[in-house]
Amino acid sequence: MKIKLHIWRQKNSSDKGGFVRYEMNDVSPDMSFLEMIDVLNEQLEAKGEEPVGFEHDCREGICGACSMVINGRAHGPQALTTACQLHMRKFKDGEDIWVEPWRARAFPVVKDLIVDRGAFDRIIQAGGYISVRSGSAPEANSILVPKPAADSAMDAASCIGCGACVAACPNGSAMLFTAAKVSHLALLPQGQPERMLRVQKMIEAMDREMFGPCTNYGECQEACPKGISISFISMLNRDYLKSSLVQIKKGAEKVQAQ
Amino acid sequence: MLQLDAKIPSGPVDKKWQKHKFEMKLVNPANKRKYSVIVVGTGLAGASAAASLGELGYRVKCFCFQDSPRRAHSIAAQGGINAAKNYQNDGDSIWRLFYDTVKGGDYRAREANVYRLAELSVNIIDQCAAQGVPFAREYSGHISNRSFGGTQVSRTFYARGQTGQQLLLGAYSALSRQIDDKTVEMYPNTELLDVVLVDGHCKGIVVRHLISGKLESFSADAVVLATGGYANVFYLSTNAKGCNVTATYRAYKKGAGFGNPCFTQIHPTSIPVSGDHQSKLTLMSEGLRNDGRIWVPRQKGDKRHPSQISEAERLYYLEERYPSFGNLVPRDVASRAAKERCDAGFGVGPGGYGVYLDFADAIKRLGRDVIDERYGNLFEMYERITGENPFDEPMRIYPAPHYTMGGLWVDYNLMSTIPGLFVIGEANFSDHGANRLGASALMQGLADGYFVLPYTIGDYLARVKPGAVKTDHAEFRGVENEVGARTNKLLAIKGKRTVDSFHRELGRVMWDKCGMGRNAAGLKEALQKIPTIREEFWQNVSVVGSGEDRNQCLEKAGRLADFLEFAELMCRDALMREESCGGHFREEHQTPEGEALRNDKDFSFTAVWEHKGPGREPELNREPLTFENVHLTQRSYK
Repeated sequence: MKIKLHIWRQKNSSDKGGFVRYEMNDVSPDMSFLEMIDVLNEQLEAKGEEPVGFEHDCREGICGACSMVINGRAHGPQALTTACQLHMRKFKDGEDIWVEPWRARAFPVVKDLIVDRGAFDRIIQAGGYISVRSGSAPEANSILVPKPAADSAMDAASCIGCGACVAACPNGSAMLFTAAKVSHLALLPQGQPERMLRVQKMIEAMDREMFGPCTNYGECQEACPKGISISFISMLNRDYLKSSLVQIKKGAEKVQAQ
Repeated sequence: MLQLDAKIPSGPVDKKWQKHKFEMKLVNPANKRKYSVIVVGTGLAGASAAASLGELGYRVKCFCFQDSPRRAHSIAAQGGINAAKNYQNDGDSIWRLFYDTVKGGDYRAREANVYRLAELSVNIIDQCAAQGVPFAREYSGHISNRSFGGTQVSRTFYARGQTGQQLLLGAYSALSRQIDDKTVEMYPNTELLDVVLVDGHCKGIVVRHLISGKLESFSADAVVLATGGYANVFYLSTNAKGCNVTATYRAYKKGAGFGNPCFTQIHPTSIPVSGDHQSKLTLMSEGLRNDGRIWVPRQKGDKRHPSQISEAERLYYLEERYPSFGNLVPRDVASRAAKERCDAGFGVGPGGYGVYLDFADAIKRLGRDVIDERYGNLFEMYERITGENPFDEPMRIYPAPHYTMGGLWVDYNLMSTIPGLFVIGEANFSDHGANRLGASALMQGLADGYFVLPYTIGDYLARVKPGAVKTDHAEFRGVENEVGARTNKLLAIKGKRTVDSFHRELGRVMWDKCGMGRNAAGLKEALQKIPTIREEFWQNVSVVGSGEDRNQCLEKAGRLADFLEFAELMCRDALMREESCGGHFREEHQTPEGEALRNDKDFSFTAVWEHKGPGREPELNREPLTFENVHLTQRSYK
C-alpha cells in the first residue's frame, strides 16, 4: 500500500508545531498503525533525522500509553480499538492520513504526538481508592458482592486511562474517566465508607486540572477503546449531587496513614 | 567469590516465615520517617512495595519510565492469580500450591521461598478484594475460580481476561493514596541508568528525566529494584516495548550476582509473526488450548487453505504424541513441539512459522454461542490483528518469549549480594525455578511487594544509620559522569544503522541459539556472534537527536547497549548448564521420548554469575539447592 502521512511535529512544549508530510510507499496491510510509524521512524533515523515521538508500550491495547488522533478521531477509525491494535488494512491504498496528538487544555503537548497526562494521575490521587492498609484486609469472601454489581464494576474498571475521552470531547472534559473510577468503587460494598468523600474530592481535582465541563455530547463513549458507557457519568452526577447534601464532618477529609 | 548466604531460617518449612518475622529487627514507628527508600518500577511488585512502605511511614521515592505508574507491564497479564484459598473444596492447600510450584519449576527453586509464597497467596486475595479489585463472582456473591495451566485444582482468581490490569490498578490506587499522603514521592517519565554504592552498600541511583533529558542523583537508605524481566533480549517477545534489563544488569556490573539468566519461558500460544515490520508478539490466553485442537498438515510445505485439507491429511501432533494430556501439555512441551514441526517444514501461514489451533470440533460439540461466550474477546482480538475470523478458519499460533525466571540473586530477605539493594518481582530469580506456572507471576509480584519486603527491609534498615549518605557524596558525581559519558558516546557515533536493526539482529541470534532449544555448538556460535554485533553497534549505530529533551531513540539505544552485553551472560549460563530443566532445553540432554532430562546430581544448584570487570569472564558461583520436603521426580505427560 501507499499512503500519504501528515504528522504533527512539535519539538517541545514551547514550540509552535505543524504538520509534516511523509510519503510511505511500501506499507503492508498487516502492519499495526504504530508499526507503520516504526517503519517511518527507521527511515528517518537512517537519514539522521529525528523520529516521530509517540507514546506506546504494551502494543496490545491495555496499557493505555498510545494516544493519537488519526483522521480526526481519537485512536482512529475502528471502534473499540486503540491505535496500537489498529491495522493498516483499515485504510485505503493512496489514502491521506492525518495524525495529531490529543488536543486538550489539561494535556499539554510534550513533543510531537506525546502529551502530558499527569492530570489523570492527580485525579486518582485525590481519592480514587479504597483506603486499606496492606495486611488489614478481612477474609475475601466475608464481603459478598452480587454478581451484577461485580460485573458492572468490572465494566467501569476496564478503563485504560488513555485519555481518548478527553481528546474526543469538544469541551475537553474528563468526566468519563472520572466517572469510570468513581462508579467502579461506588458499585462495590468495599467502596461505600468513602463514597461521598471520594466523589467530591475527585470532582474537585478534575476541575483544578482545567478539564472542561460535561454537556452530554457523548463523543467520549464513541471514542473509548474499552466501550465504557456514559451511563457511568449519570451515576457520577447522582453521587455528586447526593454528596452535596451530606455533611462531611471536618477532619474526615483524609484517612491518615498513621 | 560471592558470599551466597541465603539466610534461610532454620526449622520446619511451614514455620520458617513466622519464626523469621519474629526474629527480624524492627524500626521504631517514630524512627521510620527518618529512613528513605527508593523503589524503581511500578508494576505489581514495585507499586505494592512503594505503597506498603509509605503506609508504614518510611519516606519513599518511586520511579517509573512510563508516563504514569499505571502503565507498567504487569497491566498486560491476562490469565489470573493463584492462591491456596481452597474455595472450591477440591483439596487445595498451601502445601499443595507449594509442592506444585516447586515441581512445576522442575526442582530448581528454593523450598523456603516457595513455601512462603504459597503461604502469603491467601493474604493477597484478601488485600486485593478489599481494595475493590473486581474479581469474577458467582451468583451467590462469592469469588469464583478456574483451573489454569494444567493444575488439578481450581485455584486461579481472575477478573475477566484482565487480571493483571485490575490487580495493578489496585496497587496503583494504594500507591496513589500514599502519594496524596506525601509518604511517597512519584517520579514518572524517569529512567534508572545506574545504581550508586557507598562503602559497599547501595545508597542511591542515577536517573535520566526522560522529558528534560537531565541526569539526576537520588540517595536513600535502601534501594528496591522492581524492574521486571528481560524477555526483550529476543527483540520479539510478548513484553511491552519498554521492558529492559538495564536496572538489573547495571546492578550486576556493580557487584550483584545474577541468578540463572538462561531460565526463560516461552509461551506456546502467541499470534505468529506477519513480516519484518513486526514489533512485538501478542499473546492469546493459554485457556484456548482447553477447546482448540492443534494441528499441521501431514504433507510438508502444504500451502492449501486449511478448509481444503481433509481430516486424514492433518496431523494432530500433540494428541498423537501425548495421548493422556493431548493439547493440554505444559507450556514448554507444547512450545517445543510446535517449533519442531515448523523447523521440519510443516508450519503454516506466512513464513511457515505457525501451527493451527482449530475450534471447529468445539463449535460443533458445544455450539457457537458457548465458544463465543468463552473466547469471544480473544477471537475478536485475533481478528483485529490478523484480519481472520477464528469461527470460520483455524487460528494460527506460534510460541513467543514471555517471562524470565532468572534475575538478580536474592536471599530469603529479597536482598541481593549488594547490601541495601533489594530486588522484587520478576526482576529477581527466586520462586519459579526453571519454569513458572501459569498465574504465578502476579502472585509473586504482590507477595514480594505487600507482604515480604515491608518486613525484611526493616531488618536491614534497623542496622544502618538513617540519612548517612547524601547526593553530594563523591560516588554520585563519579557515577553521574560515567552515565553522562555513555550517553554522549552513543550520540556521537552518528553511524548508519538504526537501533532497531541491531536489536532485531541480536534477537534472531538469541531466538535461534538460546531460545526454545539450545545446544553447545549453537551457544558457542552465539557467544562468537554477540560481541561482533556489539562492536558494530558501538561504531555504526545512528542515535539521532540530543540528550537535552525527550529522545526515544536514545532511550532505546541505551537499553539495547545493555542487552548486547547481557545476552552473552545468558548464553554462557545456558552453555554451562549441561542438563535440560523447565524452560531450559539442551538438545543433548533429553529422554528417548524427547522430554527434558535433568541432572540432579551435578546441577541441583542456582547459578549465580559475578561480574569481574570489563573484558574478563564472569565467575560462576553456586548456591546448592536442597530438598527436604519435595520428592524429585521426572515429569511425564504421556
